[in-house]
This record gives sequence, C-alpha cells and structure tokens, in this order.
Amino acid sequence: MVNTVIISKEEIYSVLETVTDPEVPALTITDLGIVRDVIINGDEIAVVITPTYSGCPAMDMIASNIKLALLEQGYKNIKVTSVLSPVWTTDWMSEEGKRKLKEFGIAPPNPKQQVCRQELFAAAEAVQCPHCNSYHTHRVSEFGSTACKALYQCDDCREPFDYFKCH
Amino acid sequence: MIDYTLHLADTTLILAQRNAEWCGHGPILEQDIAITNISLDLLGQSRNFYQYAAQLINDSSKSSGSNALPSEGLGEVTEDSLAYLRKEREFKNLLLVEQPNGDWGQTILRQYLYSQFQYLLYSELQGQKDQQLAAIAAKALKETAYHVRWSSEWVIRLGDGTKESHDRMLKAVDELWRYTGEMFIPASYEKEMNIDLNKIREEWNKKVNDIFTEASMIPPSGSGGAGFMQSGGKVGKHTEHLGYILTELQYLQRVYPGAQW
Repeated sequence: MVNTVIISKEEIYSVLETVTDPEVPALTITDLGIVRDVIINGDEIAVVITPTYSGCPAMDMIASNIKLALLEQGYKNIKVTSVLSPVWTTDWMSEEGKRKLKEFGIAPPNPKQQVCRQELFAAAEAVQCPHCNSYHTHRVSEFGSTACKALYQCDDCREPFDYFKCH
Repeated sequence: MIDYTLHLADTTLILAQRNAEWCGHGPILEQDIAITNISLDLLGQSRNFYQYAAQLINDSSKSSGSNALPSEGLGEVTEDSLAYLRKEREFKNLLLVEQPNGDWGQTILRQYLYSQFQYLLYSELQGQKDQQLAAIAAKALKETAYHVRWSSEWVIRLGDGTKESHDRMLKAVDELWRYTGEMFIPASYEKEMNIDLNKIREEWNKKVNDIFTEASMIPPSGSGGAGFMQSGGKVGKHTEHLGYILTELQYLQRVYPGAQW
C-alpha cells in the first residue's frame, strides 16, 4: 500500500498550538515562541524547540507532550530536538500569549530594551498589575516561582503577582 | 575539547549542588528562592555541557574503538553517567566552587567571584569556533548577568552594612581569595581554546576592585599573580570537600545503579 498523504507544516503547527507549557498552562508552546521550526521529510516530522532558560525543567515534559499530541493525531515518525541558538527571548512571545498571560494573572514581559542591562540597585521596572491594572507596584524578589518569573506586589489592590521577566 | 567541556560542566554542576544545599535554609524566603533559582540555572548549563561532552565522547570512541573515559564499563556515555559515575580525580571543576557554603556572606562572595569570571568567560566563549559551546555560552550569558547583579548587590550590602556583616565578609574574602587564581591559569586542555585568560583576569580584577571598593572592602593584592594561590581542581586534584559533595550527589546511583523515577 502506498501512502500518498502529504503532511503540511500548517497542520503540524495547528497540533503544536494545542500543547501547553506545564508550568504556565495558560500558554501554548507557540504562544511562548519556543517552537523554532518544523521540518517535514516524507512521513518524518522533526520539531525543533528551544529552551527559555538553560535550567527550565519543563523542557523534557514539553518534548514528550509534543510527541504525544502528534501521535494522538495519527502521526508516527516524530522527532523532537532542542537547539540553543539563536537564544530565546521574550520578544518571541506572541501578542496573543501576552494577553493570555495577563488573563491568567501573570504580568506579561515588558519590551526587552527596558531591562536587559540594569544597573546595580536600579529601581525595578514598572510592571502593570494584571488584576487592577495599576502601575503602582513593587518588586518583592527578582527570582520567583520559576526561572522565568519575578515576584511582585501591587500597592493598590495589595495582590501579589508573578511577572514574566523580560529576557 | 572533551576535557574542556567537562571542566565547564563539572564547575557548574558542583556550584549548583553547593547552592542547592541552601534550599529551605535561606535567610528569608525570597533569597532562598533566589539562590536555588541560580542553582537551577547552573544545573541547566551543566546539563548542556554534559550532553555535549557525552556526544563528543561517544563520537570519538566510535571512531577510535576505545572508551575515551577513564571510568570502566560505562558503555554508551550519557549526561547522567558523566555526572553520577565519575570519580573525584576525574572531576575538573574549579576549587573555588567546591568550597563549603559557610555563612550567607561566604556563599554570596563565592557566587560573586565566580559569576563575575563566568560572565567574562562566556562572553568570550560565545564567539568561539565550536558552535555548540558558543551556543551554550550565549544562552547562559543572560542568566549569568542576573547572577552577577544579584551577587554584587549582596556583596555591597553586606560589606558596607553593619560591623558584623562587614567583618564576616572580610573573613569570607580570607577564606576564598586563595582559590581565585586558578581561574586564570590555563590547564593543558584549555590552551587549545582561543581564550585569552590574561585579558579576562585584567577585566575581572577591575570589576572586583570596583565592587569591593563600593562594599568598603579592599581586595587582597594579586589575584592569580602575586600571593599564594591554590590550584589543581582543573586537573582533578581537589580539596577534601569534593569527596563529600560527590558522596551525597552520587549516592543513589552508586547504591542503586540505574535507578530512575
């Protein structure tokens, strides 16, 4: 039997759009900008992903979730590889992703140019509270519940919240 | 290249392990999270280096037909076998990173002295011909910038804080300074890399001098130059502390070989 079905990149991407980040389930991996490429060679599908931080513990799980999602859709010959270069940046996060983050209660990353070179003891960047939209907030800690987040508190509504660091 | 990659892997792994000892013991919750976040970044970097070293070792033993690793009977080398099944004398980490945590000040100072070096080293490494090492370094550089900033702020805060914190920082300098010289003395396997450690030393001295001055501390003279400096970590000659670290780190794989969860 000859299998003449041609697999398109678009259909693979539409499956990848259903795979979420286990640490931030509001975001899909395409929102996060960590899918770098999909290479199709006959019936072979290679998905290339890149980590957000070197030590991101979710990468192994994301790789197996990608395989699982594609297997469930009937694809068989799947390979997931990880590349480090070019280096991931929060600028690759989609606008849709930023909107979903905020809805989820996590402040989305500010544009990159603001932060990436901070002076010692510099005032923390102004981050908008995802709950009440106030800019009257302060940084509690530069390191938060996961490598990609910092801990903030709103001075108006008093709610603590995570900020997805610009990186 | 294999040895150099292992040197980078071992150094980041051992510092990650040391920092992880603070988990649940940090002075306040936010700083506990900070030091363990740094530990996680370093662990991620070490995994990248170990994976690459494993690939290089497996490629070279395929082509030569012999096992490139001194440890016997490993078969296919993996990141795990490199971290869990090598002996103390095979580890090539810097002596600085295996030194005990001491108090918070000593941990902070160790982190600062190393991060400042690491930042300069990775800046050079990202322009290297070897694309994978360059990619790992470029990836790690942004994280390292956080570590430098966080640890410098703490060195200044404690050095320029109370008499007690100032005295403790001076004691930490006394404990750790003798291990800084090793960073700038190339081991034989480093010479094949195109990295100018003298240039890095100059910049490191200048940066450390600035931070120490702001922290009301005087850096001891002669990092890696005049003054007595310990060395040997890069070629597997360690202080007694590494054995204890490995005993804990490798315990599970030594007692239950191949255990997984």
